[in-house]
Amino acid sequence: MPMQAEEIETMIRQAIPDAVVEITDLAGDGDHYAARVVSESFRGLPRVRQHQRVYAALDGRMGGVLHALQLTTATPD
Amino acid sequence: MSDDVHARIAEAVKAADVLLFMKGTPLFPQCGFSSRAIAILDHLGVEYATVDVLQDQAIRQGIKSYSDWPTIPQLYVKGEFVGGSDIMMEMYETGELGELMAEKGVAAA
Repeated sequence: MPMQAEEIETMIRQAIPDAVVEITDLAGDGDHYAARVVSESFRGLPRVRQHQRVYAALDGRMGGVLHALQLTTATPD
Repeated sequence: MSDDVHARIAEAVKAADVLLFMKGTPLFPQCGFSSRAIAILDHLGVEYATVDVLQDQAIRQGIKSYSDWPTIPQLYVKGEFVGGSDIMMEMYETGELGELMAEKGVAAA
């Protein structure tokens, strides 16, 4: 079963409380999303580590029930 | 996941300067994300090798734990995990991926 956008956002914010999360449903099918996650806690981390933190927040769903999540991470300006 | 699979992956990563774990082959990518990764490598004009994870279930699963990364494609440059297709695209657009290849002394195709 595909994931709802709210569910994705909630899981990310539970693991990364200060995160500003924007989810876009790319195909309108509840299965292909883009997420932009902005968090001060990413500062100084290489991109791979930033993405790994988001994937860890999704607790195994990425690559499973969540097939496609185009991910962008950033630190606040 | 057995250490055996991780050992095979480590060997493959060591054997090629630029290695892409992907679904399908450069000519016939079987997934949009793998296709995008190939397009980026072709644009950069670097020599690269690929592993088709669809041909090997053990590698397909093993690469996820090896890299601590849930999806495919995955790019390795000189033994170092760079990221998946989103990171490749972002680094390509900012010019960082080309710089990384140059820094690491990767050969042109």
